[in-house]
Amino acid sequence: MILFELYLAFLKIGLFSIGGGYVMLPLIQKEIIENHGWLTLPEFVDILAVAEMTPGPVAINSATFIGFRTGGFLGAVLATAGVVTPSLVLMVIAASLLARFYENNWVKAAFSGLRPAVVALIIGAAVFVGRASLLDPTSIAIGTVVFIILLKTRLHPIVVLLLSAAAGIIIYL
Amino acid sequence: MNNKAHWELFITFFKIGATTFGGGYAMLPIIKREVVENRDWLNDEEFIDVLAVAQSSPGAVAVNSAVFIGQKLQGFPGAIAALLGAVLPSFIVILTIAMFFTRFTEHPVAVAAFAGIRPAIAALIAAAVIKIGKPVFTRRRNVILMVSFLLLSLFLDFHPVAIILLGAGLGLLFHWLACRQVAPEEEKQ
Repeated sequence: MILFELYLAFLKIGLFSIGGGYVMLPLIQKEIIENHGWLTLPEFVDILAVAEMTPGPVAINSATFIGFRTGGFLGAVLATAGVVTPSLVLMVIAASLLARFYENNWVKAAFSGLRPAVVALIIGAAVFVGRASLLDPTSIAIGTVVFIILLKTRLHPIVVLLLSAAAGIIIYL
Repeated sequence: MNNKAHWELFITFFKIGATTFGGGYAMLPIIKREVVENRDWLNDEEFIDVLAVAQSSPGAVAVNSAVFIGQKLQGFPGAIAALLGAVLPSFIVILTIAMFFTRFTEHPVAVAAFAGIRPAIAALIAAAVIKIGKPVFTRRRNVILMVSFLLLSLFLDFHPVAIILLGAGLGLLFHWLACRQVAPEEEKQ
């Protein structure tokens, strides 16, 4: 029964997290901590730290972690399945519709207005993340070097990330 | 059924999922490299359009893009393959941490490595702006729209979904105005 509740709780969280992972944090707090009592607030803060330091969207990471804590392996599977169900359903529908109407002039017109909006949102994210992570000369130096490498070389972004992790270990450890 | 194509979708999004630190936007250069440059699955414009749809729907941008691209290329089995690929790395890593290393975030090596990764994420997103923006900035109207959206988002705290809706609405409005301008001229002739 708790497994089904986990699935439903995270389905709800997935459904209302529009526009980036951090939007759903207050939702998780309400559903998981206040409504169900599956987690305490300090545990939740711990999970956020883990989610931030591991690959993957925050929504998925928290679902897997909370699911495991609450219902073991199956709990982790069902909570994760719940949080991605809306993505699966909506994107399959969107891709199928768009395949049919992509050449329609009105659809084309909407997308011509959407493209600058998407670029603006990415710049907004860069400003947001930059403010939180470029805090001292060392981090600004790392950020600048990485930026130049990404623009001027064909080095794969994954390699660049691994190099930055190595640089962090050398500089800060 | 095309097993090789499904496997390639799975592996590609597994790679992307395994390296998506710090929110969806940091993975854009990685997705672009894998999907647009290395595999030709989408062109530059189609890639931005996928992002627009992925960004305006519920769910993580990385997961949404995976499902959308999988469905577009290989139908529903492709969507499932890409989804599993995008989600499994997080799932495995988090499960391992939840089982064995609950104090992982306090480990000095992890803390130091992450201090190096954090500014790199800002750089990844900034690079995404340049790479993804290039085809958009070729028109002056797009630059004006982009700057206006950015100001609305940074200074008036517009929600990302509001920005997306505004963009689509203005695109439709411009098209409607263009149609109206053309129509009377045709009547005259």
